[in-house]
Amino acid sequence: MNARIAPAAGNKVRVATASLAGCFGCHMSLLDIDERILDLVELVEFDRTPLTDIKTLGPCDLGLIEGGVANAENVEVLRAFRRQCKVLVALGACAVTGGIPAMRNNVPLAECLDEAFVHGMGVANPGIPNDPELPLLLAQVHPLHAVVQVDYCLPGCPPSADAIWSLLTAVLAGEPLHLPPAQLHYD
Amino acid sequence: MSNEQQRSTFTLDGRRIAFTPGQTIMDAALAAGVYIPHLCHKPGFAPHGSCRVCVVRADDREVSACTAPAATDMRVESEVADIRALRVAVLQMLFAEGNHVCPACEASGNCTLQAVAYHCGMLTPRFPQRFPRRAVDASHPDFILDHNRCILCELCVRASRDHDGKRVFAVSGRGIASKLIVDAPSGRLGDTDFSADDAAAHVCPVGAILRRDEAFRVPIGRRRFDVAPVSRVGDVQTDPDVPAGAAEVLP
Repeated sequence: MNARIAPAAGNKVRVATASLAGCFGCHMSLLDIDERILDLVELVEFDRTPLTDIKTLGPCDLGLIEGGVANAENVEVLRAFRRQCKVLVALGACAVTGGIPAMRNNVPLAECLDEAFVHGMGVANPGIPNDPELPLLLAQVHPLHAVVQVDYCLPGCPPSADAIWSLLTAVLAGEPLHLPPAQLHYD
Repeated sequence: MSNEQQRSTFTLDGRRIAFTPGQTIMDAALAAGVYIPHLCHKPGFAPHGSCRVCVVRADDREVSACTAPAATDMRVESEVADIRALRVAVLQMLFAEGNHVCPACEASGNCTLQAVAYHCGMLTPRFPQRFPRRAVDASHPDFILDHNRCILCELCVRASRDHDGKRVFAVSGRGIASKLIVDAPSGRLGDTDFSADDAAAHVCPVGAILRRDEAFRVPIGRRRFDVAPVSRVGDVQTDPDVPAGAAEVLP
């Protein structure tokens, strides 16, 4: 736990981010750090992230992942992040616990698909999508730590910008995360 | 002053706490205004000792503070690193066992489980989550019984039995199969004489027994544990016979 990032002297910390089964709320909250983002870009450079639209993932110091694991592509992306990132962070309620998407775990997958695409209210052209490009849904939605080892967890829906700043500060210092009470929220 | 010194005391994290014979560690600590995290304990109700969140080390043994009697010169440790870690592990098991989706729960901010986990600094449930399939009982006109969030603290069982004289609730089964049941042939809360006037209607520390039509009357961010930590307001409502709601209104 809490592996050190320590990029070579003079190099910036290379950061990748992704949203799996999430709503991009955590990414929005990251942007909410406002002018501190100027301090941040002095310290970090971005690899794959929806913020830059870079689609390929190279070796990184830090990976921030929002959202739980709901389909086969989520598993692939998460495992790639684990391989490429020295430190991996579960960012937000869904990454930490499965969150809102995991509420479907109470319902068999076939019933979920039936409700959404076949017999649900207002469904037009009923039929379960089966394009080969669509990633297969998992039977249940899982938190990140059910699939790979996670180094830091930051709860919150979304975590506040201040909490994300505390996280980045702890990660860059290689220290455990201790949130002040005002920043620790699960909702 | 000399009388004070004559009273029996023990130490809690180095602080002298006075007690009267028969008091538990928890009773004496709360009476002295010192918070020990707890979930299944509530002043005015018979101690239960089931949630284990109030674990402390008393003379080198881990015990639940709500059931262990205070003893003269006992040395009790609560807010120390390894006891705090034990407490976090207990909380993590509670979170991983049920379906506690704080972002979607209308009890969020009023939930003692959540507030105690904040107090203890829990960042993740850590353990593999069970995602159990549990029912929601919406048969009662004034309340919803959501088993997904029940932590089996039995506060409602004790309140209904000891204060309301009704025995609406009980826990059935053993181990992981334990579940809260209600006293009706149909098994539905709506077929019992459970009412909003019952003490049992106001003791649930989570969002398992939910009053209808109150969901977002107080918005997220301005609720009981949003404005003050559980260590200050966790047992504001100490008398089970006082109508609920009083503890919700805070300056």
